Amino acid sequence: MRLEPIANPSLWRQLGLPALALGVTVLVAMALALLAGADPLAVLGQILTGAVGSRFALLETLNRATPLIFTGLAVAVAFRAKLWNIGAEAQLYGGAIMAVLLGTGALGAPFVLPVTAVVALLAGAMLLLVPVLLKVRLGVDEVVTTLLLNFIMALFVSYLLEGPLKDPMGMGWPKSAALIKEARLPRIVDGLRLHWGFGLALISAGIVWVIQTRTTLGFEMRAVGANIRAARFAGMPVNAVLVKTALLSGGLAALAGWSEVAGARGHLSLDLSPGFGYTGIIVAMLALLHPLGVVVTALFVAGVFVGADAMSRSAGVPTYIADMLLAVALLTMVLAIALTKVRVVRG
Amino acid sequence: MSFNKNGAEVVLRLDQITKRFGALVANDTISLTLHRGEVLALLGENGAGKTTLMNILFGHYLADGGTVTAFGQPLPPGQPRAALAAGIGMVHQHFTLADQMTVLENITLGTQTLWSLGRGRAVALAKVQGLSRDFGLAVDPVARVADLSVGERQRVEILKALYRDARVLILDEPTAVLTPQETEALFQTLRLATARGLSVIFISHKLHEVMGHADTCVVLRHGRVVGQVATKDTDRRALAAMMVGAEMAEASVAPGVPGPVRLSLRGVWAGVLRDATLDLRGGTITGLAGVSGNGQAALADLIGGGLVPDRGQMLVDGVAPVRWSPRAAIGAGVGRIPEDRHKTGTVADFTLAENAVLETYASRFARGGFVDWVAVRAHTMHLIAGYDVRCPGPEARIRLLSGGNMQKLILGRVMEETPGILIANQPVRGLDVGAIAYVHGRLVAARDAGAAVLLISEDLDEVMGLSDVIHVISEGRLSPSFARGELTQAELGLWMAGQGFDHAA
Repeated sequence: MRLEPIANPSLWRQLGLPALALGVTVLVAMALALLAGADPLAVLGQILTGAVGSRFALLETLNRATPLIFTGLAVAVAFRAKLWNIGAEAQLYGGAIMAVLLGTGALGAPFVLPVTAVVALLAGAMLLLVPVLLKVRLGVDEVVTTLLLNFIMALFVSYLLEGPLKDPMGMGWPKSAALIKEARLPRIVDGLRLHWGFGLALISAGIVWVIQTRTTLGFEMRAVGANIRAARFAGMPVNAVLVKTALLSGGLAALAGWSEVAGARGHLSLDLSPGFGYTGIIVAMLALLHPLGVVVTALFVAGVFVGADAMSRSAGVPTYIADMLLAVALLTMVLAIALTKVRVVRG
Repeated sequence: MSFNKNGAEVVLRLDQITKRFGALVANDTISLTLHRGEVLALLGENGAGKTTLMNILFGHYLADGGTVTAFGQPLPPGQPRAALAAGIGMVHQHFTLADQMTVLENITLGTQTLWSLGRGRAVALAKVQGLSRDFGLAVDPVARVADLSVGERQRVEILKALYRDARVLILDEPTAVLTPQETEALFQTLRLATARGLSVIFISHKLHEVMGHADTCVVLRHGRVVGQVATKDTDRRALAAMMVGAEMAEASVAPGVPGPVRLSLRGVWAGVLRDATLDLRGGTITGLAGVSGNGQAALADLIGGGLVPDRGQMLVDGVAPVRWSPRAAIGAGVGRIPEDRHKTGTVADFTLAENAVLETYASRFARGGFVDWVAVRAHTMHLIAGYDVRCPGPEARIRLLSGGNMQKLILGRVMEETPGILIANQPVRGLDVGAIAYVHGRLVAARDAGAAVLLISEDLDEVMGLSDVIHVISEGRLSPSFARGELTQAELGLWMAGQGFDHAA
């Protein structure tokens, strides 16, 4: 068997194969539900209603999508330049720490919110800057450094929450003090949990899209990712482009942590992120690294998680089905995308 | 079995092999025979079709016509396994070894079945040790390939072929990467192999190796066999003449009007370049002849901004540039037509428009950090029309274009900036006749407009046909400059083979 490239894939291939991938994902979900001893159709239905079936469910999904949009964008931006940032999780916590450091009384109104946002962004940028400088100066593989930074950061946050940032009124729990009211992101609709972090995530996606398609920097990022030799030959400042990409990517990931603390939680604790940084990779890959696509896939992924939570409460199927579904969705989608570009030939 | 008139058994016969890549005929009805115990050298310039022919023989490519017969049996086309089974072993120019595995593991890789893993290692080791003794291939079987020198890796590749009981060894430019001592050891091995009845084909463009070690020499040029001679009946001079073409190419264009010196090198050492001295004048095409891999890439890189001199001086319009980079070179008016249009000249997944402004997006098509795509599109349309680029439109991916049209877009991208200095590295490689004439016409037009053109090519006809001044490059050294018509092709061929440099000032 060989693979043969297709010059001009038909519309059927471009749309049909991803649809087929989605279909396979649904079938696998039903099989898993059957395996867990539940009615497959009922489980699917409950996931769907749990994700978008009510105003409450929908808002919950949007809330869950917010950090995923940020981390998805962070990964999409970096991967587009072939900068393998696996450290969105660490950068997320970097942003979260800044929100707590400055938001629990160190700064007062009216500047506390924008200042924490900017400082969080810078913290995330710095966390990726170091691995990227190691990469361009010494050739150190950024996959390793960014991945390992996640664990370093998790332990550092753990230290902070047991030590300097521990809430004295927290009854011994490893969590930070609550943010002051002025440091909190306001709700979009009064009385509902959805906060302006979601709005900022959408705006960020738009900005990233404009950067990538309209600016010289975006042109350079795409060229460096698509063919670094040609980019260098054409006179592009390749190392500077990689550094700028890192700053943008790290900053976006940090905003995920900042918006979770300032918007959703109001404080920092060890369970702030159930792997939003890693899930961001799935979100970005499913979106084919397109910044606007990231919004769509983040909503999809968030919906699967929220829906599975609700379903598991009523149908008794473990919520891990969500992780398996996403894994299947990613694998089938990657395969489907690959098959839009090549066909398998026998012989 | 068939035998020739001397009684030696014919082990391999290629008959009327033809291979086309698009409009390019890489192999044109090539026939050759290899006898038992014979060393056959395949001589020719880069692009003459040597590697293509060997890839067809080994089943990597499918020929458009012709047949291969090994040991009297026809070889099914396009099946490397069949070639292996018939006893043909190939050592590629770029080695195909797994770095993290040992020598023994690399040699046995693919020969064991799943179930024999672990067993048979002692047998394999004994066989490898025997082969390495018999053929003078000293290498430690348990060493990791990553720790081996290039010469040792090549020995592993040869052992790999011998381990699979190869009766015919094909070596693609085996000495290109070796030191003189390693080269000597390699030919010693080949002598041992032929003494044991093996046959060898080696690809080369080094005349002294061919004269020293081959029994027969087949010369390829532009995909055709231009000569087949026994080395005892010929000499280097005759081979050089055959290799570069016997006909005297007259300069096909009127001479240029020399202008001021735009770029000069004074004793520059950079990369593999050794003590290079060169003047590029406006209104002049300076041709650089030479066998590929002798420093052309370094020279093009140096002038194009990809390389800075280690020693010596480079002056651009009389001034030594403070900071030299591709962007600085472009800014100084250096236009670059790169050797590899697919890997360095273009971004395959980008559109024509994006590729058209790869070098100028920031200097000419940006406003406040934003790319003016409307202007880019207009500029691309202008290039497509002005340089006859056949394409679906400016939004098409450039990977869909033929080599000729891709090259025309690159040409347009460079020419529209009216470069004062133009580096054209292998500008017509792989192009069809029409595109070649077009590119050549544009180069002459640039010269007539006052540009200093450096034409780098392995094709002597091209260099002699277009150049006002010619230099030859060999092993990183530049010859003195020769005026058009000062040397014959055969004389240039000898310079290319490395003769003359020792006597030159």
